[in-house]
Amino acid sequence: MKYAKLAIESARELEFGFAPRPVTTSHGLAIGSGAVHPELKFTLPPITINASSMPEILEQYEGIARGALERAVHLGQRCLVLEFETLLEMTMESAIGLRILDLLLEACEEFRAKEGLLVEVRLTPNDARDFERPPRLRSSRWLEPMFELFEKGALAGAELLSIESTGGKEVHDEAIMFCDVQAAAFALTVLGVRDVHFLWARIVEVARRTGRLAGGDTACGFANTAMMLAEKRFIPTVFAAVDRAISAVRTLPAYEEGAVGPDKDCGYEGPFMKAIAGIPISMEGKSAACAHMSRVGNISAACADLWSNECVQNIKLLSGMAPTVCFEQLVYDTRLMNTAIARGSAAELQRLFVESDKYTDPQALVLAPESVFEISKAIVGAPSYVAAGRAAGLKALELIEEACASGRLALDEREVEYAARIGDELAAIPEDEGEFIEMMLPRIDTKACLLEEYGIGSA
Amino acid sequence: MAILDDISAFLQKGKAKEVKELVQLALDQGLPAKSILEDGLMAGMSIIGGKFKRNEVFVPEVLIAARAMNAGTALLKPALAAGGVQARGKVVIGTVKGDLHDIGKNLVRMMFEGKGLEVVDLGVDVGADKFVAALREHQPQILALSALLTTTMNEMKTVIDEVDKAGLRSAVKIMIGGAPITEGFRAAVGADSYTPDAAAAADAAVALLQKAS
Repeated sequence: MKYAKLAIESARELEFGFAPRPVTTSHGLAIGSGAVHPELKFTLPPITINASSMPEILEQYEGIARGALERAVHLGQRCLVLEFETLLEMTMESAIGLRILDLLLEACEEFRAKEGLLVEVRLTPNDARDFERPPRLRSSRWLEPMFELFEKGALAGAELLSIESTGGKEVHDEAIMFCDVQAAAFALTVLGVRDVHFLWARIVEVARRTGRLAGGDTACGFANTAMMLAEKRFIPTVFAAVDRAISAVRTLPAYEEGAVGPDKDCGYEGPFMKAIAGIPISMEGKSAACAHMSRVGNISAACADLWSNECVQNIKLLSGMAPTVCFEQLVYDTRLMNTAIARGSAAELQRLFVESDKYTDPQALVLAPESVFEISKAIVGAPSYVAAGRAAGLKALELIEEACASGRLALDEREVEYAARIGDELAAIPEDEGEFIEMMLPRIDTKACLLEEYGIGSA
Repeated sequence: MAILDDISAFLQKGKAKEVKELVQLALDQGLPAKSILEDGLMAGMSIIGGKFKRNEVFVPEVLIAARAMNAGTALLKPALAAGGVQARGKVVIGTVKGDLHDIGKNLVRMMFEGKGLEVVDLGVDVGADKFVAALREHQPQILALSALLTTTMNEMKTVIDEVDKAGLRSAVKIMIGGAPITEGFRAAVGADSYTPDAAAAADAAVALLQKAS
């Protein structure tokens, strides 16, 4: 592991709008340098993507971008980011993705020139490798189209490059359904870590060659899936909270490989990345309720540098199209945060974000800056990714149990039983990756998870 | 009977080994396989399913109970077949073409199995042709379709149209589900049932089967 110490000295240094290592885009948008900017993400309404629907699809995307940009001008919001996360067809046939990207970039350029907006586009090709079952992480025929989109998109003008990578998901999906924390840790700290290294070495290389910013990854397909299942009461919240902490170890290699942030919005492990790697982060919370429910709506804003809506369909609401509506909400959220920064009240506003959520759910508790600091310290103090995952999970549990013991966090009996079981199972994980692989091999379905695609068992 | 109660109790705890041993013992004692299935295994699953619906247990408890049930059912299969006892119903399930999401679909599958239904799982990214072929091969009473994306949900209509074209529509009830799906969408595409979650889907499947019988 590259990071042996944190980028911050105390939890107080985890602030919204400030990152230890801020970045500035080629058009001059500073991220993590003293302000929080809105980041809008959107998707299509119900529609089938094919040749005959392409004109409508192009019109939809252009309308979304122009709607947000016009609203930005109207509200006096100079700085913003638009995220274009491709759908499967747009990655597999990169020409489709690039055509849409061009429309977004053209609209942004027009509003830069005409209205002086500081707007950038984040390009997030979807991880098309997941399309194959079992996934072939390193030999997938979809790997090259994906990187073609990264390369050509960066050259076209996409300033921030990101991905929601999926390596290890084939094991993690089942692990969370059975609340098997050892299998989840294996997916995150062995399979995930190896895949994130593999992908990000190449994404960083594309970014460097094209003069763009290698933004970052997200454990969305992992810890957010757990969060969603916990939200439906399918699994315990304590499992989702522990999974969140361990997921930080999975995402960290992106920054070890040279990604500089801002990471992707749905990566709720972002605060840990800020604490360890010092990168600026994009976060989502209450204003992402259009995409999914959560128990962390306020606390997730505590150290955001970009503030996102996660995703919204382009459908008509009473006031306007949904992405424009979401954008307006983000503008008011960030305006409040920036006003707090300007008048020296940011710490107080952050306290409100944190205190209003912290003890309502274990998942919120682990995202409190003081928890992030403690868990991050446990991660960087570990001798291996596996040990870091174990330490992160155990520290998260310790914080949850302390909060319960003090009476500030209430967990029902079923959750308490799970906490004890998760603790025992985490403690039984060896620190050495080889030993952990050896331990887990009999439990892994090697037809569904091709270990050689992670460089395991190969020379 | 005590042994059937014990089978139910061990099943609820997900103790597959004990369930298998007791099912074998019950068979050795000459109990009818149908009774072991319905009054032991399915009775246990019904209790755990009820607890799940009331938020008294989480999904893992349901899943390990389902595993225990499968272990017991496997032992019963020869005796059930010999006695002419058939599964409560058969379902073909899959996530539609272009969509890779399978957690929701897997949960529904396991809830179906817990209700004693035989499930043929076609996996993810399943084209209309594969669904039609599976209907011909397995002749289920129910076809269950899953989609999580706004750009793949319309594929459900394609599948339903193809099932219709193949002349199989009247032989099968079609259930749909997934995050973007609504009752209005169900009506628009001509499916028979939409449910918002896995537990409700299992109940709806049983209701559809009862209606059909």
